[in-house]
Amino acid sequence: MMNLLRFIGGRSASAPVARERLQILLAHERGLRGRPDLLELLRAEILAVVSRHIVLDPEKVIIRMDRSKHVSTLEVDIEVPTGVERLVAVAAT
Amino acid sequence: MAKVLVVTSGKGGVGKTTSTAALGAALAQLGEKVVVVDFDVGLRNLDLVMGAERRVVFDLINVVQGVAKLSQALIRDKRLENLWLLPASQTRDKDALTDEGGGNIIADLRTKFDWILCDSPAGIERGALLAMRYADEAVIVTNPEVSSVRDSDRIIGMLDSKTVKAERGERVEKHVLITRYDSARASRGEMLSIDDILEILATPLLGIIPESQEVLLASNVGSPVTLNNAASAPARAYTDAVRRLMGETVTMTVPVERKGLMNWLLVRRAA
Repeated sequence: MMNLLRFIGGRSASAPVARERLQILLAHERGLRGRPDLLELLRAEILAVVSRHIVLDPEKVIIRMDRSKHVSTLEVDIEVPTGVERLVAVAAT
Repeated sequence: MAKVLVVTSGKGGVGKTTSTAALGAALAQLGEKVVVVDFDVGLRNLDLVMGAERRVVFDLINVVQGVAKLSQALIRDKRLENLWLLPASQTRDKDALTDEGGGNIIADLRTKFDWILCDSPAGIERGALLAMRYADEAVIVTNPEVSSVRDSDRIIGMLDSKTVKAERGERVEKHVLITRYDSARASRGEMLSIDDILEILATPLLGIIPESQEVLLASNVGSPVTLNNAASAPARAYTDAVRRLMGETVTMTVPVERKGLMNWLLVRRAA
């Protein structure tokens, strides 16, 4: 009965939709494969740059990326040890 | 020369263990000396599907850790004298299996068997990697369903990069085995077609196992489907697949269940 209704209603088969979704998704995923994790790369490089000037605890460097429909954000959260403000001020003079 | 074949999929529940048992038995039925190895440490099931669950004394981990000899852990099938099972451990932590330990066992098995079939755990973690690590060939079990095809693609990527063969610049020979295929639904456009799957995965087809009640019936009684009912559609499909593995050219068809009057009556009575 469902098939008959579908046939009359002209509802198209779902397999082509599955196929198209997979093709798009896998093209994207294959592109990412083999490359080092982007976030891990960013974390390592940011850590290296900041560490040249400030002694950091690598565990306290958090990099987060959010993707939404309209905006994507890259959040970098670095916890700086206390007393560092003074060091930076001295370095600037 | 011995061949190591991993049966893998990424996704769980697509029929890896059922297929390992059926392919292993079918190879043995054609005269090959076969061992099926369960790599699913902690969640073993190949013993159950093979009907040997009450005969397990030692397992893969015992051999890796030197507690037992390989010959003590191997279980000979009661129906086919050239078919053997190496069970996984049910109680040990999955980390008990190491790359080196697995490698040593595979090397040892290569000297004793024609075919070493490795039943991979689901997932893409360490266990799945260890199962495929020393493979010469891979059977990627795929259901005609989006999540299964996606995971198969992921596993294909790993076979091309994380195996010993890949690291040596060689190739693991890969085959797609489509299970739970329903021709009627595919022809109505309700299920991904064989062509769709093969085009997406860009990997040659080993066989098409039709959706069938016979598969569950066989696992219920602990017998590979090719042994339990050799004339059934899935058994014929597995046997065709095995002939292709052995290098024969077999026309690709989707076997259908032969329904005689007697069969119809028996099914009616059983229901």
